Amino acid sequence: MITPLHYLGLAGILFSIGLLGLIIRRNILLVLLSVELMLNAANLVFVTGAHIHGQVNGQVLAFFVMVISAAEVTIGLALTVLLFRKQDSVDTNEIRCLKG
Amino acid sequence: MDAFIFYFFGGLAAVSALAVILLRQPVRALLSLIVTMISLSVLYLSLGAPFVAMVNLIVYAGAVLVLFLFAIMLQGIGAREIDLGKRFHPAFIPGVILTISFFDFGFLKLIRRFPELHFQDVAGSARQVGKTLFTQYLLPFELVSILLILAILAAVALAKREDSA
Repeated sequence: MITPLHYLGLAGILFSIGLLGLIIRRNILLVLLSVELMLNAANLVFVTGAHIHGQVNGQVLAFFVMVISAAEVTIGLALTVLLFRKQDSVDTNEIRCLKG
Repeated sequence: MDAFIFYFFGGLAAVSALAVILLRQPVRALLSLIVTMISLSVLYLSLGAPFVAMVNLIVYAGAVLVLFLFAIMLQGIGAREIDLGKRFHPAFIPGVILTISFFDFGFLKLIRRFPELHFQDVAGSARQVGKTLFTQYLLPFELVSILLILAILAAVALAKREDSA
């Protein structure tokens, strides 16, 4: 028997993996990928909550999370491409020269 | 059958998520994230949310991750990740374990407060979701569309400035 706790536990595991990736990755693209992983874990919680309460509000919120993460990815990737053009590296430790 | 779907696709999602954060080649990490998205979509289907499952497939696996692929390919060999040993000093391991377990304990404490959780039937069809989206959540919906336009404009402006400089 699969209970809501199973799904919530899976979401917790996925979020922890994303958090770990956020810490141990140094390529800024892969840091962004880890953020996507965490956002999807949050989405899983939203959809599970919708099923627990028998309402679609959670699913609507999951839809909003997707839109916002699409916006975040657009800006993040534009910045990454700029950074790469400027200094030929996407290492987060190499980002020292800020303000232009 | 329910249990099989949950354990198979949940396990697949967890394993490919681990691959996302451990693989060295960015393209491989990206492809494992697509596997995670697809298995999460199957889980959304089993949670009675076909609309969210399809949007997840189209927007994430279809659009967002292809955008990532473009960015990685633009950078070519420069995007390769350094070895884990070189990029991560062992002295940080206790801090990492502390951070993760801090989160996990908080999360466990939170979900343990609701021991009696049961699924109720939910109609997550496009019709139902659309109805809620355009009545109860109309204002957030409009705000989010403005946000998307702004994101597009910002991305174009960022890329443009570099060209003229």
